[in-house]
Amino acid sequence: MTAPLLRPKRKNPVLRTRLPTLPPAIRSRVALGLTAAAARGSFELQVCRDCATVQYPPREACCACLSDRLDWRVQNGAGELISETLLRHSQELFFRERVPWRLGMVRLDCGPTVIAYLHGDCPAAPARMRIRACLDRAGQAVLVALPEKETPNMADDRQLREMTCDPKFRKVLVTDGKTAAGQAVVEAVAAAGADLIWVGHAEPWKKLPGFDRLKAIPQVALLPLDVTNSRSVKEIAGEIGGRVDILINTADHHRNFGIASRHGVETARAEMETNYLALLRLAQEFAPAMRARGADGQSSAVAWVNLLSIFALSNFPPHGTYSASKAAALSLAQCLRAEMRASGVRVVNVFPGPIDDEWNQQLLPPKLAPAALAAAIVKALQDGIEDVYPGDVAQEWLARWRDNPKALERELAAGAG
Amino acid sequence: MAVAVPVTVPYARYSIRGAHWFLARVLAELLQRSGLTKDKIEGLCVSSFTLAPDTAVGLTQHLGFTLRWLDHIPMGGASGVVALRRAARAVQCGDADIVACIAGDTNHTDSFRLNTATFSQFARDAVYPYGSGGPNASFAFLTAHYMRSYGAEAEDFGKLCVAQRANALKFPYALMKKALTLAEYLSARPIADPLRLFDCVMPCAGAEGFLVLRRERAEELDLAYARVLATIERHNAFPDDPVQYRGGWVLDCDELYRQAGIPPGDIDFVEAYDDYPVITMMQLEDLGFCRKGEGPDFVRRHSFTVDGSFPLNTSGGQLSVGQAGAAGGFLGLVEAIRQVTGQALGGAVADARIGMASGFGMINYDRGLCSGAAILARS
Repeated sequence: MTAPLLRPKRKNPVLRTRLPTLPPAIRSRVALGLTAAAARGSFELQVCRDCATVQYPPREACCACLSDRLDWRVQNGAGELISETLLRHSQELFFRERVPWRLGMVRLDCGPTVIAYLHGDCPAAPARMRIRACLDRAGQAVLVALPEKETPNMADDRQLREMTCDPKFRKVLVTDGKTAAGQAVVEAVAAAGADLIWVGHAEPWKKLPGFDRLKAIPQVALLPLDVTNSRSVKEIAGEIGGRVDILINTADHHRNFGIASRHGVETARAEMETNYLALLRLAQEFAPAMRARGADGQSSAVAWVNLLSIFALSNFPPHGTYSASKAAALSLAQCLRAEMRASGVRVVNVFPGPIDDEWNQQLLPPKLAPAALAAAIVKALQDGIEDVYPGDVAQEWLARWRDNPKALERELAAGAG
Repeated sequence: MAVAVPVTVPYARYSIRGAHWFLARVLAELLQRSGLTKDKIEGLCVSSFTLAPDTAVGLTQHLGFTLRWLDHIPMGGASGVVALRRAARAVQCGDADIVACIAGDTNHTDSFRLNTATFSQFARDAVYPYGSGGPNASFAFLTAHYMRSYGAEAEDFGKLCVAQRANALKFPYALMKKALTLAEYLSARPIADPLRLFDCVMPCAGAEGFLVLRRERAEELDLAYARVLATIERHNAFPDDPVQYRGGWVLDCDELYRQAGIPPGDIDFVEAYDDYPVITMMQLEDLGFCRKGEGPDFVRRHSFTVDGSFPLNTSGGQLSVGQAGAAGGFLGLVEAIRQVTGQALGGAVADARIGMASGFGMINYDRGLCSGAAILARS
């Protein structure tokens, strides 16, 4: 049984901070299919459309019938552990710093044998397992064998924690605590065991609903962070930047309408200030210190979360300029992800459908409750997912977009009025 | 068909030389000991992991050979047997009069990691990211499974390692120069459970080679030669086995003895591929010396030193001599030629008339894909 994680001792400031190293990141293009699914929290393997063979490792053709009509399909991961080893010697720095590692060979019920990380609670071979695909610190998919049933403190497993971004005992910055979504995120992260939660609130003289409840949470510390102000971001980063383990950027400026219903660019500029340029400011000021702390012990810097919108994938004309600012933010987040890669700090992009707040008043349900959004963000951190599409609307849009992005564009245009 | 002039270029843990240097030294010694000139070598068969960016083609110009026949065999531990098979066919069919089969690799301080990290597409995609343990991790899986299935104990594997070390102490080129006791084997540091330090080969630099030619030609040249009685090879056998507990030899074992016209009991000594002792035990089963699952019992009943009841890996094998990359796939075959031609450099098996060398190679993903074996006889 996994021993529960203990609150880490205060860091000894005399000791050198270990620099991040990564597990091997190189994959063939075809193997990235596994990563594409794991990024969404899904375990998929290649299945032959012609003969239904399920295969692994990924290949360019079906190993049974040579067909190249291979689809990535969701697998349940059930299988049997047939052999295991405790690796005590490795050729790569990342593992040398973390041995011993428990590895297993698992025969999946669907056919292939996989090599996987073995959770500490898994019984010895032969035993039933379930395989999950996770992203490792290099951002690539790896397979993890978990015990068939949940065990206490499972998430605290030493190897698993090297792959996930669990907020437990970590210090979190929520950049904007004024919005309904921001407040829900603070509460969810607190409930997940975060050690300290800095909550940004620009214009502190404004009394906002729900704020008193936030202040009552013991881990919460309020900061006068204004993400539209470069000096404010710089000052706050100077103050806490070296201690932030997880940054959750909840800043969001949302107005309705597209092009024809508006005069001038002021509203669009305000959206870009908060939704796009604020991300750039935050990244310039906070990312360097987080990058340096990617391997800083049990509670290292691990994740950067961007609250985007499903409208970032394809423009929703009734909220046209807002969609554009979120698309810009998505593009910049991909840049940030690339730049954070060497540090092992994961950039998590969250693509909710319409949130149930005042700016989506005119949209029909289902709308995403702020608490549901916050729960999805915490779960993504705990599970090691990097692209999150919470709620039914987001899932449906994603499915339509993946199926045919041009069709979705036309469908959305029909609602432009 | 004849094989002659067994050559080993002394091994070194690390070398600043390139693979080309080691392969040149093998060829130089093959010529010097056979009395042949370069132009008499009409065919060349090369195995090397560290020759890149060159292949066998580049080697012809690098070393100034003009050839009628050329082959490059990237089959790791099965290279020796497969090279012999290819070369023998070429000579038999008249494509070349004499073929030099050579294998060699250099080893710099970071060579082994680089080779492991990029060993194959499957290894890169689906093995190396999991702890980067290289072959140690792969063989740990096979060993753990074998032990659980057939009741092998650490002492059984240790017995093989200890016997091979005793053989190696007589072999001048072995890198391991100290005697090994079973107690030392068992108390060595764990590498990847259940493997301990002395279960794992030591990567090193070195080279091996031999000549393949017709018997009449060998006699003309006054070369001590061995006759090739039988050879087999197999690739990707038993793909549906969830984990490897047998090799391709199982499919070809009967054919091997049919070609040779002898039963397993007539074999005087065996040079088994031994990068890890579990694979040696599998070969004892799969090559007909005992039944599947009886490996541990066979090991308990026999002694494996040169003067033992079942002489095995008479030069010390890779476990005690070192694994010089692709030359590891030649080591056993070259030693077998020495034994049956009375040219042993270390301990000689008494009255060695017939010997077997087997090869096993290329952990592409979760198992070794290539297997092969050859039976050689005194001329």
